[in-house]
Amino acid sequence: MGSGRMIGRRAWLGVLASGLVGMALAGTPASAQDQPLKVAAVFETPIEEPWVNQIHVALQKAKAELGIDYVWSESVTAADFARVLRDYAEQGYGLIMGDSFGTERITRRVAADYPETAFAFGSGIGPAEPNFAVFDNWIHEPAYLAGMLAGKLTKSNTIGAVAAMPIPEVNRLCNAFCAGAKSVNPAAKCKFTFIGSFFDPPKAKEAAIAQIEAGVDVLYAERFGVIEAAKERGVLAIGNMSDQSELAPDAVVTSVVWDMWPTVKQAVSLVKAGVFTAQDLGAFSYMSKGGSFLAPYHAFDGKLPADVKALVEAKRQEIMSGNFRVDVDEGTPQSE
Amino acid sequence: MAGRRAISALWDLLLQVGFFAAVLRVATPLLLATLGELLCERAGVLNLGIEGIMLLGAMTGFSVAYFTGELWLGILAALLVGALFGLLLGLLTVSLGLSQHVAGLGITMLCTGLSFYAYRLIFGQPGQPPHIEPFQTLPVPGLAELPWLGPVLFDQVPLVYLALLLVPLLAFLLYRTPWGLNLRAVGENPQAAASAGVAVFAMRYQALALGGALMGLAGAYLSLAQFNAFTFGVISGRGWVCIALVVLARWDPWRAAGAALLFGALDALQLRLQSSGAFGLPYPLFLMLPFLATILAMALLARSARAPAALLAPFRREER
Repeated sequence: MGSGRMIGRRAWLGVLASGLVGMALAGTPASAQDQPLKVAAVFETPIEEPWVNQIHVALQKAKAELGIDYVWSESVTAADFARVLRDYAEQGYGLIMGDSFGTERITRRVAADYPETAFAFGSGIGPAEPNFAVFDNWIHEPAYLAGMLAGKLTKSNTIGAVAAMPIPEVNRLCNAFCAGAKSVNPAAKCKFTFIGSFFDPPKAKEAAIAQIEAGVDVLYAERFGVIEAAKERGVLAIGNMSDQSELAPDAVVTSVVWDMWPTVKQAVSLVKAGVFTAQDLGAFSYMSKGGSFLAPYHAFDGKLPADVKALVEAKRQEIMSGNFRVDVDEGTPQSE
Repeated sequence: MAGRRAISALWDLLLQVGFFAAVLRVATPLLLATLGELLCERAGVLNLGIEGIMLLGAMTGFSVAYFTGELWLGILAALLVGALFGLLLGLLTVSLGLSQHVAGLGITMLCTGLSFYAYRLIFGQPGQPPHIEPFQTLPVPGLAELPWLGPVLFDQVPLVYLALLLVPLLAFLLYRTPWGLNLRAVGENPQAAASAGVAVFAMRYQALALGGALMGLAGAYLSLAQFNAFTFGVISGRGWVCIALVVLARWDPWRAAGAALLFGALDALQLRLQSSGAFGLPYPLFLMLPFLATILAMALLARSARAPAALLAPFRREER
């Protein structure tokens, strides 16, 4: 009974789809060319979540500069994810983006049903033929540079990171930060706290205060909430994801910024050119592609010692020219 | 050797003044909401709207404080909106006698949806959440200079003092006043209370309004004192924790303070254990510590606990 109804619905959708294809073919090719590419984004969290916000910001830029149509859905729970994805695919969206860390299987299953639609999702695993591309926040390079700054700026030789949970994408940032610090200051000790949640700012703040009381004087704010603790207790902080200087101009030295623009531009261009394939777009988040960078020093520009700035700048150029590779270490970091 | 190092590191942590100050900061929202839940349950109504009411309190309190620039107006708004949704739960569970589980969870979903919807209407889609200047610590003159006790107890934000003062106040109201006797009576045996002339519905509505107000206040503490912005993860299950703390507290305000402080202490401790580096255990164990300990404490201490006899049972006037 149930399967019979399923087949009935599939068949009906097939008729509908072929009708749509027929209509599309009947239209003149010129008018189809003039239609702007329709792009949809589906996010598991509300739009303020910094990870998701970087994708959203880049897609808004694409709307302004690449002339795409852009719509989005936020706070889509795993139970609703497939339905929302299918809705957009059925409505003829050419490219669907989003984050799929909590819904890896679901997004791949839906993508397989719509081979003509391009999917590009933030993911911890690989792409899937024929149409499911992945990206991730490969921002360990600026995290390493920020670690160099922290290693030079710490007076207690103790720096810390407050992070979400020990998963690969978080671990590699924390490890790169610590490695950067140790590269310029072998005496530097790194502390790590995981708050067990992606977005619990009061807890992140409390975790940061615990680190400050344990002697940490430069904090890497992997999660939202840490900068407020640094501001309150008068220590230094390094923002994450976007330029967070405005949250506390006197505490935030710089930020490790993820810029999704190169990834979005690449995905949109590939779809427009009709050559989109299943692929890993991760490289477009690297510094050399402009996908990540260390934010301007703002108020700290005049306060940072010139030799420290020169040291960081020299390493930045080495990374940009490909002469230095920041190790990707996704092991769980341990406090020292 | 490793064991000895871990024990000495633990000892160092437990001697820190900062640790005990953190315990109070972490425990305050739990204490406020636990007291609120306790009032509702003492009157015979399980309030599973707690998680949502806290979120709505955090959102309302923040929005009002943001636009008026007056933190205490935000607190007032959070109290009122909490009371309002307590009364709505009363309409469903007291007047209509619906399932307290279903109605409570419904209130949580409604409040969660409302919070985000209203936040979007008011603030749009900001890249960085807008923020306010939060409550600052208010040192108590004379007492804040005391060694150890001063920085722990008397150099906190005003809401911490308020939460601590509410414990004896509620204990007095519950155990030493006719109002408290009536409230406990409608939670134990509403038929008998009604025969004695107690207005059962009115008492339950009062408990739900007061309890809801305290839950709203707990939420506002998080967005106006503990943090300086409203964000969607601001409650993160703290309301559900309070449901367990009420059981651990055996429905008593004094024990509620103990339960909230115990949970707060373990949460503040696990954050310090993680960053001390002396323990070398997997992170999930640290994160689980407060929850494991609460379950253990409930198994050991709350086994003989007896819930208010009429908890979950709707009172219908015509049925005797």
